[in-house]
Amino acid sequence: MFDDFFIRALVAGIGVAFITGPLGCFVVWRRLSYFGDTLAHSALLGVTIALSLEFNIALSVFITASVIALFLIQLQKKTNLPGDALLGLLAHSSLGIGLVAIGFLSFIRFDVMGLLFGDILAVTTNDLLIIWIGGVLILLTLRFIWKPLFASTVNYELAEAEGLKPDIAKAIFTLLMAAVIALSIKMIGLLLITGMLIIPAAFARNLSDTPKKMVLFSIIGGLLSVFLGLFSSLKLNTPSGPSIITAALILFVISLFKIKQTIKLKN
Amino acid sequence: MSLDKITLVRLKDAGIKQDEKWLVQGVSLEVNRGKIITLIGPNGSGKSTTAKIALGIYKNYEGTVEKFTNKIGYVPQKISIDWTLPLRVADFMVLTENLSADEIEEALSLTGVNHLVNKNLGNLSGGEFQRVLLARAISKKPDLLVLDEPVQGVDFTGEIALYELIKKISEKLNCGILLISHDLHMVMSATDHVVCLNGHVCCSGSPIDVAKDKEYKALFGDQASQTLSIYEHKHDHEHTDDGKIKQKN
Repeated sequence: MFDDFFIRALVAGIGVAFITGPLGCFVVWRRLSYFGDTLAHSALLGVTIALSLEFNIALSVFITASVIALFLIQLQKKTNLPGDALLGLLAHSSLGIGLVAIGFLSFIRFDVMGLLFGDILAVTTNDLLIIWIGGVLILLTLRFIWKPLFASTVNYELAEAEGLKPDIAKAIFTLLMAAVIALSIKMIGLLLITGMLIIPAAFARNLSDTPKKMVLFSIIGGLLSVFLGLFSSLKLNTPSGPSIITAALILFVISLFKIKQTIKLKN
Repeated sequence: MSLDKITLVRLKDAGIKQDEKWLVQGVSLEVNRGKIITLIGPNGSGKSTTAKIALGIYKNYEGTVEKFTNKIGYVPQKISIDWTLPLRVADFMVLTENLSADEIEEALSLTGVNHLVNKNLGNLSGGEFQRVLLARAISKKPDLLVLDEPVQGVDFTGEIALYELIKKISEKLNCGILLISHDLHMVMSATDHVVCLNGHVCCSGSPIDVAKDKEYKALFGDQASQTLSIYEHKHDHEHTDDGKIKQKN
């Protein structure tokens, strides 16, 4: 059944949508979109390390992104630079180092475009296992830290005062971000992963009045984007990542009409 | 006085420095079960800071802080909630504790806002939001309640009712309450112990003792001292639920 590359891509995409839906909500709520970008850009470095050491790509990307995240936290403590400048510094320097490193790996045939924008032909059965097992682990962990993470997203001091230990939840969430990037890089590509986190969540925000509903709609939005994106990618021979993101954007635009109606009703 | 005094949180010579300047220092106090302790003092005297030290929000404090409970309800003075979150009152109520629909309804009824349960948190007025904050803090039936100006922005009649509610809660739940307030009239009648802060503890004791204290008079003026004493004097009686005067024994 998984012999067909398209079925493999579809199954991988469904897995990715289930993970990016809930995590994307937190990215929107906690204003972490640029942080997501930074981790995604560092993924290129992770891939080159994996290729040169013949190491598992997803694991290598996860470790690299985690190290970058830790490095960022240290930099924030030790410098007076604003957060976005530090994020930009890390994002572009890790992208730069990654591309330089690829230049040295001329002995390996390597599809940089596929890495940047996603390639459905590249998804193997092994990747499917990693996405689905990793995805279940990510979602279980998120379920476990939901309460402290959500409470501190609403108000940090309340969560801290009432004993929920938000700092631990935040650290775990950072690792989950690194993990989701590692899992979805092949499908979406590292330049567009943050879009897969944000756009379905933004679509969901327009349709929801409670946090749980938003998570649900975010997953649905992600699934629809994957279906629409992959089918058009097959028909039009476009790269999978941009196709999925474009589909997500179309859904978001449609969801804007729903908002207009609610605002009209209010007046 | 009950013999089995149970301390919930104890500060000993606690203080906190920021950029080599003390925000507040040398604060010693304890909050005991069933008692209301009130922090008063001018703006910037370190009332909220003291509360945050007691709650463990600030970690780089000096001195010792001992906390004997983790069941805490907190109403912060300032709360910035991102209104882009899709958050109804009902979702906010279960932020740190799982509650049944009945428990949510009950807590919101106590502060008179149960009709708002399905409203978006961003659409509430300041006073309504304040009532929701208080309802959320008491709904988890905490051992320790920390209320930082809990009735700010609430209308006048509501203010009286909420202070009465706070007093009732402390008796019903037998919890300890650390209260911060500017409203000397309201607070003093209900408070067991007053700590007057101005960067350090100026004076502390029962409301009547504090009102007589020289440092308190210097800080708040003679008039405040008189209102306090008068208030204490006026309250040699209690009201029964139907409004009649109940004589003290």
